[in-house]
Amino acid sequence: MTQMTSAGKPAQPSGFRQWVLQPKVQKWLVIISFSLIPLILLFVFTYLPFGKMIQFSLFDRSYTKVRGFVGLKNYARIFTKKEYFGAMLLSLYYMGGALVQLVLALLFATMLSFKTKGGNFFKGAMFFPYLINGIAIGFIFKFFFTRGYVLDTLLGAIGFNKENLPYWLRDQSINNISLVGTSVWKHMGQNMVMFIGAIMSVDATLYEAAQIDGANRWQQFKYIILPSIKTIVVLNVILSITGSLSAFEPPYVIMGGGASGTATYFIKMHQTAHVDQKVGMACAMAVILMIIIIIATLLQKLIFKYVIKDGTDSKAKKPRGGVY
Amino acid sequence: MAAKKKNDAYVSMTAGQRASWLAVGFVKYFMLALFSFIALVPIVSCVLVALKTDEEYALTPVMQAPANWLNFSNFKTVWVDGEMGRAFLTSFAVVIVVVACSVLIGSMLAFVLNRFTFPGNNLIRSLFLFATLIPGIAMQVTVYQIMSSLNLINSLVGYIILQCGTDVISIYIFIQYFENLPIDLDESAILDGCTYFGVFFKILFPLLQPAMVTVMILKGIGVYNEYYNANLYLQDKTRYATISTALYSFTGPFGNRYNVISAGVILTLLPMLIIFITCQRFIYSGLAAGAVKG
Repeated sequence: MTQMTSAGKPAQPSGFRQWVLQPKVQKWLVIISFSLIPLILLFVFTYLPFGKMIQFSLFDRSYTKVRGFVGLKNYARIFTKKEYFGAMLLSLYYMGGALVQLVLALLFATMLSFKTKGGNFFKGAMFFPYLINGIAIGFIFKFFFTRGYVLDTLLGAIGFNKENLPYWLRDQSINNISLVGTSVWKHMGQNMVMFIGAIMSVDATLYEAAQIDGANRWQQFKYIILPSIKTIVVLNVILSITGSLSAFEPPYVIMGGGASGTATYFIKMHQTAHVDQKVGMACAMAVILMIIIIIATLLQKLIFKYVIKDGTDSKAKKPRGGVY
Repeated sequence: MAAKKKNDAYVSMTAGQRASWLAVGFVKYFMLALFSFIALVPIVSCVLVALKTDEEYALTPVMQAPANWLNFSNFKTVWVDGEMGRAFLTSFAVVIVVVACSVLIGSMLAFVLNRFTFPGNNLIRSLFLFATLIPGIAMQVTVYQIMSSLNLINSLVGYIILQCGTDVISIYIFIQYFENLPIDLDESAILDGCTYFGVFFKILFPLLQPAMVTVMILKGIGVYNEYYNANLYLQDKTRYATISTALYSFTGPFGNRYNVISAGVILTLLPMLIIFITCQRFIYSGLAAGAVKG
């Protein structure tokens, strides 16, 4: 806060004060003092690690020891070794889950944007899981899925034979679906709230006009609601790709670090770096994750540009800085 | 008003239309109730178990109500033996400092980028824009190396700095908000003899309140629930346990005593529940604002 005193308080000799109070000097003082910290943070925590990541990915190394330059071998191993590639394929489960989640979110957002008795309660109940700590969710569902506990009790109550139910977490053919279910449970409400926000931003007179013209609910959904929220739907589809590669807490807590074939790509990366100490390998995994995300982002931009051509996109108006 | 309109529409329907309208209504409320139930059951089951004694937990079915609804002994156990009190203090301190820093840093940079033309303005914007493409999660490995060479491992300050980090979303939210604050405000303040610093701190900063609330909520929820970095960088768990790492450590001492662990889980989500109930509207609108940025 030294800049405040130098600009605002008259303690300095008057010549210096005159100089500081000149608009041009003042302007640069403000610019430098206000943007210095964010720029340092940006450099130290984004661009520096970004550069290092690419550099490290070409080496066989731990945090402290460099064992030699290996070129692109780390990358080749990700695509050929089952332990790495399998983790990547695992995210297909999470993408599938994300799709289910979007459909549910869209369904409930549409329902709740019409007049609903107790709408606030339903909305709140479905949204609240999003606010819960990931570790807490891990414990909640470890308990939920354990043999003979909550889920089995509920299914027993509606007539399933408890003896025939699978082991939700131990059975390798089903445990990833259980974990994806946990992730859907957490994030569905958040998507729903975003969709409701988008639907609510539509001019209410449109619905009235549609009703007068005799449009039914499906037509209202198709012609009014869907166009108004397709931007945010596409955005969420793309985000789900990133999210599914970086799923971390549910498998980490529930399965104790990704046991029984539940280690997602991010868990695998974490283990490679911090348990196996293969930092070069982990960096190569990170670079690939980044490339996938950049492709997804570009895809999103292209879709916005060529497929969805509505002028309501928020990015349309952006007066660039420059007032003084 | 609206209800009356609906009734008119309902009266004017034919019998067939009326039946399908009722069916749609039934399916709608059934689905809403079912999914609200699914959303709440896992949490409720935790509350039930948290109120049971060890013997009760071992002998009764999990979904059976506890014998004594006021048995808070498990909560006492986690608070004392699990050192949850200390973890809460640490977490709240981190949240408050990080949120305050994010608001200050974000609004200051947004002010500079929105109100001044200068060579480099577009460059700074592009640098931040490109940073959104690089997922923070992918850089964990090298960030760890940088943190350790800066001696910031096992340091609360280091963790706080990392959480402030590159926070593009709040910068965007503030820039958007500045675009809607008229320049007349600045101009009249300057005519009254304000410096640029004065314009920001005395005139504009207090007006940023709605944007601040959004940033505080988005950031506050994220930081309170953060586990990955807390686990990695605050390794001395006896001194620097946050709520997430304290809770995770329950896997050790409390092993399979789910009644005790559940009490910890409920304690952890209590602050969130209180904030959710009191600030529901702000949370919903904050999420929407964060989403528009993309």
